[in-house]
Amino acid sequence: MSAVAPAQPSRPAPVADRSTAARKPHTPGRTRRRVRAVALGALGIAAALVWVFPVYWMVLSAFTPAAYLRASTPEFLPLHATGVNFARVLEGGGFTNALKMSLAVTSITVVAVLAFAFLGALAISRWRFRGRRSFVLAVLFIQMLPAEGLFIAQYKMLAGVHLLDSVIGVSVLYVAAIIPFTVWMLRGFVAGVPAELEEAAMVDGLSRTQAFLRITFPLLAPGLVASGVYAFLQAWNEFTVALVALPSQSSQTLPLWLREFLSASANRGVDWGQVMAASTLIAIPVIVFFLVVQGRMTSGLVSGAVKG
Amino acid sequence: MPATVPAPRRRRTPSAPYFLLLPAVVALLAGLAYPVGRQIVMSMQKYGLEQQFGQPPEFVGLDNFTRIFTDDSLWAVVLRSVVFCLVNALLTVVIGLALALLMRAVHTAVRLALQVCLLLAWAMPMVAGVTVFKWLFDYRTGVVNWLLVRLGLDGFHNFSWLSQPFTFFLVATLVIVWMSVPFVALSIYAGLTAVPEEVLEAARIDGANARQQLWHVLLPMVKPVLSIVLLLQVIWDLRVFAQIRLLQDAGAPVSETNLLGNFIYELGMSRQDFGGAAAVSIFVLVLTILLSWPYVRSLLKEDA
Repeated sequence: MSAVAPAQPSRPAPVADRSTAARKPHTPGRTRRRVRAVALGALGIAAALVWVFPVYWMVLSAFTPAAYLRASTPEFLPLHATGVNFARVLEGGGFTNALKMSLAVTSITVVAVLAFAFLGALAISRWRFRGRRSFVLAVLFIQMLPAEGLFIAQYKMLAGVHLLDSVIGVSVLYVAAIIPFTVWMLRGFVAGVPAELEEAAMVDGLSRTQAFLRITFPLLAPGLVASGVYAFLQAWNEFTVALVALPSQSSQTLPLWLREFLSASANRGVDWGQVMAASTLIAIPVIVFFLVVQGRMTSGLVSGAVKG
Repeated sequence: MPATVPAPRRRRTPSAPYFLLLPAVVALLAGLAYPVGRQIVMSMQKYGLEQQFGQPPEFVGLDNFTRIFTDDSLWAVVLRSVVFCLVNALLTVVIGLALALLMRAVHTAVRLALQVCLLLAWAMPMVAGVTVFKWLFDYRTGVVNWLLVRLGLDGFHNFSWLSQPFTFFLVATLVIVWMSVPFVALSIYAGLTAVPEEVLEAARIDGANARQQLWHVLLPMVKPVLSIVLLLQVIWDLRVFAQIRLLQDAGAPVSETNLLGNFIYELGMSRQDFGGAAAVSIFVLVLTILLSWPYVRSLLKEDA
């Protein structure tokens, strides 16, 4: 990876080159430029392979029978693909329990986060009011709080109200942790819909609420989807808070279950095929969702993080 | 808003935004603000095993802080965390920048391939990602050892990466950099595409070569993105916990591989020293706030 040299943006720009040839006597020749383009392309492909290899290796191993994974020479192609690892993982029932837990926690979190953050984003981008600045400040500030600096108190809090090992307890912590960024992201989307559109609709006789529902809301739908997926990814993948808030084995979410599954099999030599099948099962929904909305998410992230 | 209010209604202090903010504020108070407050209180209490079993916690002022901060093991952890954080953040941003520039320079097909691969890596759930790296670096059947042995480095036969601190952190760095580069690379690339082609054209006409264009046009224009992703990486890498914890499961010496988050977890959950753990947490919170202050301030400037 360290071999990735600082690439120079050498856009082939023949038109500009020709017109400025007199001032640039050292313009690299055509062959040199082509060699460089090929080299950069090869570098790009190499980087792509480095980044995708672990993902590929996970999926490939998930479909490979244990006997071949223990072989002294790894197989890099799916020559003996089988579904047996997946069947074994699903057999135990542990996965299904954790899946239910993850689905419950994630859906509560997504719904609550979307509703609360949307209202909040609306408030700060459509109104100027006292306390607005403090709220924005608080949202920014809270984004900086590390979960690792809080989990002791969160654990004690949940223990105090008997909400350890409960869907509600962990969801409350997730909602609070995910809201700030979602407000920030949605705020970018709300601000992107000009208030004049609503005002024009109001001039045409709609009430403020009607104007909002018919004009602004549909334009915000993509932003809501992107924020919802963001909340989903956070809750689905979360590990640290779950580790302290869900101490019993019966209430594990998928990430906790995967860890347990891995260390349980470690005692008798890790069955990597099964572990990779389990990892793949957890990753599939994430990867699918992510690829569907990533464009919007990136623009939301960037506009939230950069433009404010 | 009621339609009966006459025209100047917008000038008055409206009540609607407060209602809209209420649910979010309540959620934040319950899930974060209360724990922060509680953490601060707990950091000044004697809160150990006896308190777990009902004895009321006793106020001890800054005792927890002096106790924890005079303990050598904390400073070793702090030093390790800071070094780890800086190395990871810098590596991530440098590699991310290199990949972003590469994406600009290569053919569209290569760029798309690279983007899709980065997205796949970005989308990997953290636990799954760490698990795959454990498999790649497995001492007996991992691909990495196999490859190194094939390359003639016989010392890597059954080499156990995760059982000694230095190679442990090497693997941890690889995992973290691999997982965080996609966000950085794609953000910087987005920033680069926002640089107007005319500006580069103008630089070229003025005789700037590729290197000069990079240093004097491209980098200054993506500087805001660069500084924000660097700051975010520093903040995120300072609080690395789960990756370390998951890698430690493979039999690493815990006391020599703990970072701050893991240290807090050990103190609180294993040693039941909640007061001490809270004190270290406050330290991490303050450190994070100090680090993130430039970011918050720059955002506030634009917000004003």
